Amino acid sequence: MRAKARNEAEAVTMEMTGADILIDSLKKENVEVLFGYPGGAVLPIYDALYRSPIKHILSKHEQGSIHAAEGYARVSGKPGVVIATSGPGATNLVTGITDAMMDSLPIVIFTGQVASNVIGTDAFQEADVMGITSPITKHNYQVRDVKDLPRIIKEAFHIASTGRPGPVLVDIPKDVSNKKVAPVEDFKVNLPGYQPTFSPNVLQIKKLADAIGTAQKPVILAGAGVLHATAGKDLLAFSEKHQIPVVNTLLGLGSYPGNHPLFLGMGGMHGTYTANMALYECDLLISIGARFDDRLTGNLDHFARNAVVAHIDVDPAEIGKNIPTQIPIVSDAREALKSLLDVETRTPETDEWRKQLTEKSEQYPLWYKTHTEEFLPQRVIELVHKHTKGDAIITTDVGQHQMWAAQYYSFTDPNKWVTSGGLGTMGFGFPAAIGAQLAFPEQTVVSLTGDGGFQMTLQELSVLQELNLPVKVVIVNNQSLGMVRQWQEAFYEQRYSQSLIPIQPDFVKLGEAYGIKAYQVHTEEEAEAVFSEAFSHRDPVLIDCRVSASENVYPMIAPGKGLHEMIGVKP
Amino acid sequence: MKRIVTATVINQSGVLNRITGLMTKRQFNIESITVGHTETEGISKMTFVVNVEGDGKIEQLIKQLNKQVDVLKVSDITDQAIVVRELALIKVISNAQIRSELSGIIEPFRASIIDVSRENLTVQVTGDSDKIEAIIDLLRPYGIKEMVRTGITAFPRGSQKSVTDLKQYSILN
Repeated sequence: MRAKARNEAEAVTMEMTGADILIDSLKKENVEVLFGYPGGAVLPIYDALYRSPIKHILSKHEQGSIHAAEGYARVSGKPGVVIATSGPGATNLVTGITDAMMDSLPIVIFTGQVASNVIGTDAFQEADVMGITSPITKHNYQVRDVKDLPRIIKEAFHIASTGRPGPVLVDIPKDVSNKKVAPVEDFKVNLPGYQPTFSPNVLQIKKLADAIGTAQKPVILAGAGVLHATAGKDLLAFSEKHQIPVVNTLLGLGSYPGNHPLFLGMGGMHGTYTANMALYECDLLISIGARFDDRLTGNLDHFARNAVVAHIDVDPAEIGKNIPTQIPIVSDAREALKSLLDVETRTPETDEWRKQLTEKSEQYPLWYKTHTEEFLPQRVIELVHKHTKGDAIITTDVGQHQMWAAQYYSFTDPNKWVTSGGLGTMGFGFPAAIGAQLAFPEQTVVSLTGDGGFQMTLQELSVLQELNLPVKVVIVNNQSLGMVRQWQEAFYEQRYSQSLIPIQPDFVKLGEAYGIKAYQVHTEEEAEAVFSEAFSHRDPVLIDCRVSASENVYPMIAPGKGLHEMIGVKP
Repeated sequence: MKRIVTATVINQSGVLNRITGLMTKRQFNIESITVGHTETEGISKMTFVVNVEGDGKIEQLIKQLNKQVDVLKVSDITDQAIVVRELALIKVISNAQIRSELSGIIEPFRASIIDVSRENLTVQVTGDSDKIEAIIDLLRPYGIKEMVRTGITAFPRGSQKSVTDLKQYSILN
């Protein structure tokens, strides 16, 4: 009798709240850090967190949390985990969730929800989070029964981080977090509708190998899929084996060494002339983990017109979506590259092709004004490169400085480049730098940002202050929304509608208000001095670089034009 | 062109929302959509009629549907031997005098009159869309007061003619 009573007592003590089950499951998923913001509907979760050793980073706005989680996921490859409350907490995440969806970043989001019995009554801080996030998540769940919680969390992490990664949201009503239950341990993950293809079809690999053997002008287009699959080494081996030149997409930068003789640079709207001409003239285009975004392809009528297109992608829906594909290969990038290296292939004669391309890159390199007294934004990027020895993690916002960073910060290693490509989210870069720094506390992380984008999420400076995170914030300040201004100059007869911002906050005082060392520099000499100081210690720094306001990003493919119609190719 | 697409889905809350959402997002024009349980508990089947231009577009639709976690199987069954049915309820204005005349029209369609009142009667007709269009055309002159259609539901016949030019879309290479 006594033994039975003890067993019952143990059974009772083993009961856990939904919130405790959540935190416990996060531990099992080896989550090291949470990005979040508390609120009414997640009070039980934050109470459970209070008892847990998991690190929680308190942002100042939920958008800061999710962009930080994206930065963390981008550089570490591990899922970024976000917690926000119901209603406004969840809706404040929407931009970041969409951004993660577009750029295929593994993010798991937990949102609080009002109690089950008031869902649908327009209760205080209620929002239809399932409805709102359906189109912007890889998958989403609302937990109806606390017993399902361990399984759902397991599935959420699995879905977010496998196949083509993406954001998965779990909506947890407050009563579910509060409810006590003996946690189910022997749950089964059962996802019959989710079976991503991992390995390539051998016949398609053979077909591609044959095409490589007979190609005269082959080119590889490497995107972020190569980074997600950690296939950089395989890509290098493959391109070197067959001497095939490589073009990167914006998000794929770092997947191939930027200083390699076979590297042609970034393709697309502000890519190099050589990269774009290679895409235009090639007879075999091998796309690996890229999705033919319109900013890359330009006018589709002129994109790789005479090429056999081979498309390697883990997501079958990307193949044939924008570009007709002759050799479709649904596969993880590394698996496909390994198979390609294993299969017997004749190495194509590419000497003539490579010679042509080398001539182009010598004749039409990236350029900017050299005989000028002005402090040019391109020089800021080059100076950052110099002072970080090209080895920093660089995050950017969106616009001119982003393109200059892509052009002039030559990335030699993977996972050091954090930028918002697909959605083009201003305000992304600075919080993303916080996440990246938390993933790699020892590395140098630079938030290259514009004066516009920085002001969208600058409240997160408080996180640098609180944790003394050594993020170096470098504002490329041209006192305008540069890319908007550039387009207005080029396409709207210089009607600078709402794009010039001559009245600026005092960024130095702003940094100091958060207890962060801050500087303003107006010349290259000042920048040299401040950068040497700033990159020599492990404290946060904010540097307001007052650069020339009239610089434009060149070369450029105007909207609607083809890859071969670049303007600003030469000074 | 009109395509008939079926999707086998896990009967989760939100799955219909996700599917119609993606169709809206990618600008697919849904002509009709029906959902119902299947022989397996927890599994539902959806039948869509969509208007798309070109093979690329329908391939994209199938791939996007397949990407959904709760979707188990998607098929474009337009070119297969299939059984297709739709049900329509049509309330036609009629008095006692023309009731028998209407019966004469309805009978060859194997439709039935399921409700009669002083001023009108309600016809129930099942069949493929062409048949339903045909009876609607015949009844229209009498005055259709109200009409509802379910949209079609369909699946492949038990035995398929051996056709070699079946459209195969490369979901897995």
